[in-house]
Amino acid sequence: MTAYLLRRTGQAVVVVIGVMVLTFALIHFEPGSAARATLGTRATAERIAVFNAANGLNRPLPAQFVTFVKQALQGDFGTSYSLHQPVSALIAQRLPRDALLLGLSILLALAVAVPMGVYQAVRRDSAADHVLTVVAFTLYSMPDFFFGLLLVALFSVQLHILPSQAPQAVSVGGILADPRGLVLPVVTLTLVSLAGFSRYVRSSAISTLAQDYVLVARAKGLAESQVLRRHVLRNSLLPVVTILGLTAPAIVTGAVIAESVFNYPGMGLLFYQAATSKDYPVLLASTLVVGVATVVGSLLADVAYGILDPRIRYDRD
Amino acid sequence: MTATDPAPLAEGPPAAGSPTGARTPAAGRGLGGPAVALLRNRRARAGLVLIALVALFCFAGPLFYRTDQVTVHLDLAELPPGGGHPLGTDANGYDVLGRLMAGGRSSLELGFAVAVATTVVGTLYGAFSGYVGGVTDSLMMRVVDTFLAVPGLVLLLIMVSMFSPSLGGIILLLSLLSWLSPARLVRGEVLTLRTREFVQAARMMGGTGPRVVLRHLVPNAAGVVIVSATFTVADSILMLSTLSFLGLGLPPPNADWGTMLTGGLDFLYDGYWWLVYPPAALLVLTVVAFNLLGDALHDALDVRLKRT
Repeated sequence: MTAYLLRRTGQAVVVVIGVMVLTFALIHFEPGSAARATLGTRATAERIAVFNAANGLNRPLPAQFVTFVKQALQGDFGTSYSLHQPVSALIAQRLPRDALLLGLSILLALAVAVPMGVYQAVRRDSAADHVLTVVAFTLYSMPDFFFGLLLVALFSVQLHILPSQAPQAVSVGGILADPRGLVLPVVTLTLVSLAGFSRYVRSSAISTLAQDYVLVARAKGLAESQVLRRHVLRNSLLPVVTILGLTAPAIVTGAVIAESVFNYPGMGLLFYQAATSKDYPVLLASTLVVGVATVVGSLLADVAYGILDPRIRYDRD
Repeated sequence: MTATDPAPLAEGPPAAGSPTGARTPAAGRGLGGPAVALLRNRRARAGLVLIALVALFCFAGPLFYRTDQVTVHLDLAELPPGGGHPLGTDANGYDVLGRLMAGGRSSLELGFAVAVATTVVGTLYGAFSGYVGGVTDSLMMRVVDTFLAVPGLVLLLIMVSMFSPSLGGIILLLSLLSWLSPARLVRGEVLTLRTREFVQAARMMGGTGPRVVLRHLVPNAAGVVIVSATFTVADSILMLSTLSFLGLGLPPPNADWGTMLTGGLDFLYDGYWWLVYPPAALLVLTVVAFNLLGDALHDALDVRLKRT
């Protein structure tokens, strides 16, 4: 396990460096575009030159990259071109909000998807299974934004039950103080990840049901509810740990969309606004944060899986 | 190796009915068995029929129902259905039914183009990486991991906001992001195939590297490739609609369902239902069809594939 952990961590470090090089190269592909985006299309050549010099954009790219890495290691990501605040402060302010939004949505999605998937596996090929399969496929195939806007049309515009905008409070406590505003963004993100989770639990539970230990449990005369709860459910939950790592990118995509639809001031919205206004420091830092989170997440998922399921031996591979 | 690799799972006791042990060489060539299994599958039939209908609507439809999708007619804007416009007109005066056909063409073309491009590139990359092994394999896989660590939409947003591309450009960008998962899957297959007797025999008989990869490894990994290509079509069409929503989709006068849907949503509260529900229904129906087909193929070809 230790050797595996070391190798896996080494790989993760290489990938993080790769993410840094990739985003840096992509963003600097078009020289001068940040100045034009920040100063406006009518900026003179002199002003652009001044902007580039002030932000170090006139230096050779490798030198800029070294500076970026050195500062990033110290937690300094520069100052946002459009918001004129330190990028690290912006991110520190927004990350907790995302932890709240994404955490709630994932928990809710799991709470629905696990029973749904196990139920479908047990009642495989029944009418209920087919209906739920159709529901899952439809949810999976809907564009995230359409979903969010349909919910707004129904609950905010037609029924006037829920606000169409997410709470704008600065602190997480402030957001929680206005939970009604959280409902629609959380539900949108939940429905987005629900479909994938439930399909995964369903196929995992189907293969668990075919295992010999389930046959043994039934042969012992255990009640079906006991068999399901103690043997099927627990073993089917194991791979769910992996899917949490797997779906991280999809959840980030969902967050960008949901935050744009509901104007939720999280990382997704910050990133989207930075991308459209070519705010290099914010783009670089937020991509890096997301990349590191994904890498660490999948590392943790693998390790957790190895601990939870003693049949898995990483050392032998 | 990260969580998407099936390898850690394969270390455990083989699951009941595990295909890896039982698969016969060159299963990729004789698809008779899987084809029959596929047609017996209800999801596959539903998916295939839906795809055929949508394709017929988009490609054959304009032959019978001619509309002008280039000239803006503001005097004809936002007409309700009826009177020569079965589904009304949109904010630019375009006929909605005709625009659905045109939009479907670009959505389908994009989906297929991305699927073909990523399948070719991803398969070759993954097969080569798995076949060569060692440090090269490790480096090649770290490149894939790097791209996978940054969510697709994030990379797309960065690139699209830099280039504001055409249909071809968006196909290229989506392909750049979608070759990763076939590459990983094929590599995983090749790693298990590499040690099999028929591959060793081919090498012993003097088969060169490219020959072993192309004639023996790739055909046997065809199952995973076909399944992942089918899902790629669905994902690309969805991704295009998401880009359109963010205002970074195809530039006018191109049409695509995502742009139509986004434009229509502005009028959702005014009761202009014909601008919202027809494109939404077609978009969801098409994506569902490809997902159904992919899911059925997955079962028919007995592929062990984890969908993210």
